[in-house]
Amino acid sequence: MILDRSRDIGEFVPEKDDDLIICRCEEITKGEIRRAVHEGMWTMTEVRRYLRTGMGLCQGKTCGRNVKAIIAKELGVKPVQLEDCRARGPARPVEMGTFGDETEACIEE
Amino acid sequence: MNNTADVIIIGSGIVGGSAAYYMAKKGLKVLVLEKDMIGHGASSRNGAGVRISGRVDSEFGIARVAIREIWPTLSEELEVDTEYEKPGSFLMAVKEEQMAALHRSCERALKQEIEAEVIDGDELRRRCPYISEKVVGAVWYPEDGFANPMKTTLGYYKQGRKLGVRYVTGEEAVEIRKCRGRARQVVTAAGNIYEADKIIVAAGFESRALMKTVGIHLPFLERIDECLITEPQPPMFRYRLSCVDGNFYGHQTQHGSFIFGGNTNMERYEDTYAGQPRNTASSVSDKARNAALFVPALRGAKIVRYWAGWLDSTIDRLPVIQEIPEVPGLISACGFSGHGFALGPGMGRLLTEMVTGEPLCADISAFQYDRFHAEGCFGPRTNYPKV
Ligand SMILES: Cc1cc2nc3c(=O)[nH]c(=O)nc-3n(C[C@H](O)[C@H](O)[C@H](O)COP(=O)(O)OP(=O)(O)OC[C@H]3O[C@@H](n4cnc5c(N)ncnc54)[C@H](O)[C@@H]3O)c2cc1C
Repeated sequence: MILDRSRDIGEFVPEKDDDLIICRCEEITKGEIRRAVHEGMWTMTEVRRYLRTGMGLCQGKTCGRNVKAIIAKELGVKPVQLEDCRARGPARPVEMGTFGDETEACIEE
Repeated sequence: MNNTADVIIIGSGIVGGSAAYYMAKKGLKVLVLEKDMIGHGASSRNGAGVRISGRVDSEFGIARVAIREIWPTLSEELEVDTEYEKPGSFLMAVKEEQMAALHRSCERALKQEIEAEVIDGDELRRRCPYISEKVVGAVWYPEDGFANPMKTTLGYYKQGRKLGVRYVTGEEAVEIRKCRGRARQVVTAAGNIYEADKIIVAAGFESRALMKTVGIHLPFLERIDECLITEPQPPMFRYRLSCVDGNFYGHQTQHGSFIFGGNTNMERYEDTYAGQPRNTASSVSDKARNAALFVPALRGAKIVRYWAGWLDSTIDRLPVIQEIPEVPGLISACGFSGHGFALGPGMGRLLTEMVTGEPLCADISAFQYDRFHAEGCFGPRTNYPKV
């Protein structure tokens, strides 16, 4: 989708519930997400990389939908117009030693 | 909307984004075309290392400007916490045979007037007790460090946009067109045409295809490089670590997570070239093994994410930075071959000077595209590691 990032989305207007924590793993508030949109972060991934929403333990499984709805509202678009959080492996946290299964063999050469 | 500008930059990585920012500060009208989203390429996927060490003389000039003159105050300039820190790095060896390479690296650094010191394994463990007994020696580079690649790249975008840089994302450049012998237009996949006096190609590996549309051939390989990151750990040490064989580097981020990367040199033989960069089967477990080998205390640390990114690797692993003589108005800024994040801020300044005609902050004469010659498969500049 072609997006001209100079499109006017209006001024940032503070809201009563801006202190609400949306991403619980990283403790990112609604106000921070809305502000990031006004600073130019218009995609889920950009907001994620800028603020760390969805970068914590749950990797966005809990807050993804809410973050998306906030960004969409701020931009005046429908949530479906935004991409999903990109899932990255591993599916759940795995210990280094488990992942590099051959650790012992490798260290002993 | 009016589709003309003073300068069009193709690619919104750290190179394109920093150039756009410094040009806007000079009052130029800048348009950035990005085929995906901001910072989609290597600039958001890299291993975060910001080192002045380990640079060949020709590249040292740009590294010096970036690391001594720009990185230290970049967070204030961009009004974003880039998490840049300069705690120093250890370039390590695990085999006696690798010690000679450490000494060579140290000698070159001292000639470039970078502080450097070769130490043995025991001294290394005295300074950083977490390092494994397997490490036999290291070079200490106190000027090296790291930063947050995502925040730095997005920070340049944010601040450039504030100064009036026009960014169009989802707009893939497919052709550069000349007018009266000069590069003048950029045509996109959607059929839009943009015009400018100068066109800068900072599109990573894809720069190759774009340059081809005006008959310029850049011999690049598209190579994959991969990283992993752990859950936050208690504070352990601030140093940046790397191994002289190139297959291990990493550090503890401000957030507490450890990031590790490295290249086994086998990745390019795996079939990963399917649009999006994907992790190869062997690479992540290889990094996990290495992390446990160098820092045994991390064996139980949990990996929360891994990812891959492209390298725009030239045959001599140096970039192509030049206004192309055959196509005036067209500037190449690509081929960073896996070490362009640290150089990015310096590149922005340099490209701005190239456009405005000011004296250049670093010598770029070694980065012309016509330096590539056929040399046979065992020639001096092949991409194979020297033994
Ligand atoms: C895993 C990994 C680890 C690394 N580690 C380090 C490190 O520790 N230290 C370091 O200094 N460097 C490191 N690097 C290298 C560094 O990331 C790159 O050299 C640097 O980011 C290059 O920046 P760039 O702006 O030139 O390219 P990119 O960031 O790749 O930007 C190019 C942009 O151009 C866009 N684009 C491509 N084609 C088109 C088109 N046709 N039209 C419009 N836009 C287009 C892309 O989508 C992309 O956003 C690493 C790289 C990887 C992949």
